[in-house]
Amino acid sequence: MTEPLIEVKDLTVHFPTDDGIVKAVDGVSFSLLPGETLGVVGESGSGKSVSFLTVMGLINTQHAQISGEILFQGQDLLTLPPDEMRTVRGEKISMIFQDPMSSLHPYYKVGSQIAEAVRVHQKVSKGEAHEQAVEMLRRVGIPRPDERADQYPHEFSGGMRQRAMIAMALSLNPDLLIADEPTTALDVTVQAQILDLLDRLKQEFNASIVIVTHDLGVVAEHCDHIQVMYAGKIVEAGDRRDIYYGAHHPYTWGLLSSIPRLDEDAAKERLNPIRGLPPSLIFVPPGCAFHPRCPYVFDKCRTDVPELLPSDGHHASRCHLSLADKERIFHEEVMART
Amino acid sequence: MSVEVTEREQPQPEAAKTPLVRIRGLRKWFPITRGILFQKRIGDVHAVDGVDLEINKGETVGLVGETGCGKSTLARVLMRLYDATEGTIEFDGQDITHIKGGDLRTMRREMQMIFQDPFASLNPRKTVGSIIGTPYQLHKVVPRKQVKSEVQQLMELVGLNPEHYNRFPHEFSGGQRQRIGVARALALRPKLIVCDEPVSALDVSIQAQVLNLLEDLQEEFNLTYLFIAHDLSVVKHVSDRVAVMYLGKIVEAAEGDTLYRNPKHPYTGALLSAVPIADPDLAAAKKRIILEGDVPSPIDPPSGCRFHPRCPNAQFPKCSEDEPELLPHHPGQVAACHFPLEDRAVIDTTAGG
Repeated sequence: MTEPLIEVKDLTVHFPTDDGIVKAVDGVSFSLLPGETLGVVGESGSGKSVSFLTVMGLINTQHAQISGEILFQGQDLLTLPPDEMRTVRGEKISMIFQDPMSSLHPYYKVGSQIAEAVRVHQKVSKGEAHEQAVEMLRRVGIPRPDERADQYPHEFSGGMRQRAMIAMALSLNPDLLIADEPTTALDVTVQAQILDLLDRLKQEFNASIVIVTHDLGVVAEHCDHIQVMYAGKIVEAGDRRDIYYGAHHPYTWGLLSSIPRLDEDAAKERLNPIRGLPPSLIFVPPGCAFHPRCPYVFDKCRTDVPELLPSDGHHASRCHLSLADKERIFHEEVMART
Repeated sequence: MSVEVTEREQPQPEAAKTPLVRIRGLRKWFPITRGILFQKRIGDVHAVDGVDLEINKGETVGLVGETGCGKSTLARVLMRLYDATEGTIEFDGQDITHIKGGDLRTMRREMQMIFQDPFASLNPRKTVGSIIGTPYQLHKVVPRKQVKSEVQQLMELVGLNPEHYNRFPHEFSGGQRQRIGVARALALRPKLIVCDEPVSALDVSIQAQVLNLLEDLQEEFNLTYLFIAHDLSVVKHVSDRVAVMYLGKIVEAAEGDTLYRNPKHPYTGALLSAVPIADPDLAAAKKRIILEGDVPSPIDPPSGCRFHPRCPNAQFPKCSEDEPELLPHHPGQVAACHFPLEDRAVIDTTAGG
């Protein structure tokens, strides 16, 4: 058995505000082995970004109540002093963000922004750092990297900027790369390029990757494991095939049937969206947080919080429906569309 | 070059077949100037460069392409937000390319637009009621006293709570804001609504709600849509016909199914293969045509076929010298390519699934 690279145990992140406590992350546990890709799927406000910002140590503890454990290579990141955390962040774990325009500094040349990351963590000269930056730009597939390194972010297209961000994130050869909606702002063609690039770099750098997204389509090809989040909790987790060919949670079903499919028939079928809106994280509905939007709701859902129960090895879901019902509904109603 | 009107399978009343919009040889070039006092014209951005398009009444025409292909510019020229450099636009039989003043204003009642970014397209200082009611004030079609009740009816129609009349845009989520945009576009009961990436900024679950709403409204008010997006799966879902645009030109047009099964232009194939599919087996079975690089600059578009520098099938010198014409392939399908793809070149639907 390989040791997991990262193991998160019962992570809770609450933000006290004037209106009440925002329960952004509420008891999240998962682990990831080296070299694996995890897809984290959920709507805006499901706590997926906050979970991983906490892993990165980017949530200010003055404003948030954080509890639980984040074991990274055996070390609990939550108890690490800030200066040690700074070494981990960047060298061991790094992150790329949704909007590549606002995450690059517009006043500095792209090459020097990447070189800066190198120089902060390694004792190298300016020239060497620059060379490393150019080399990284080349590895992420930017043509003429030596010229490109001397350009400013506005001279890059959206896809190029995201490549530059990936180059920066990988420049210190981290063990874990967290990609928070890495392709949401990009065209589908560029999205495909970036996802392929992440796949290739994972092999090359032997890193684990976490892809956070709201679109189950994006992670279908690239993730080994998928976890679906709703209102700060993981509602379903499993291997890729478990989710796409045997999802157990009504929310996952909703996400799957919301996506317009290219292979649907000419007779235009209506999409089957999840009704309503995600709940406020201050007033999370009692019982199962999804019950106000769930078409299969029954009495128990309104009062009892369901546990995340495994049905077999890896596949677990947080729903009161019986396993037989889940399988029947999935095959009769969800898969029937496709 | 022309995009033929496809015969629909069901017989339609004669009136439904007259095109609502007919665009002929449309060009929109933006000048690039240098100098402060004497602005010297040093070049042009060929944003839209010779487009023919017809949209029938009650039909949804999808327009797909990457950022910078000119699809939004085309929409804006059609809406008369930009003036065309060349070519004509007919709306409901009337040439609207150069109309001005009162005529333009009257015509604008008939066509409305829904924008991509529901955060940027609503004035944050105005209440929802006044945002949706503004078209009534501008066009004075409803007496002032009735505006409120009309607006509340609209809000109900698009699935907003009419009691939220006095709220501000920041109090709404992304999907609800897009509904406000839809309500505003509907206010004057237009014939044509141009939807410019209406769901690109939304979560998938909310995206599906908005797409269903647009479909319902189309049925109820017999609307015609020009639906612009970069995601082929969304466009195919809503559209009767789809036109694929690349660097200011339409490179392929067909019914959604034909396009999906038998794309002819390699660019369509590439767009198709880039669409994420929520089905790992099907996704693995599909052939990947990964395009290298970005869309070239429309200031100086490549010679011959504009797609040739990125095309995996390009053969030289033919592709770099001859500009291909839009030629018919399957019924209702036209594509501009010297070496079109084989049938089922991207996704082989016969092999299971």
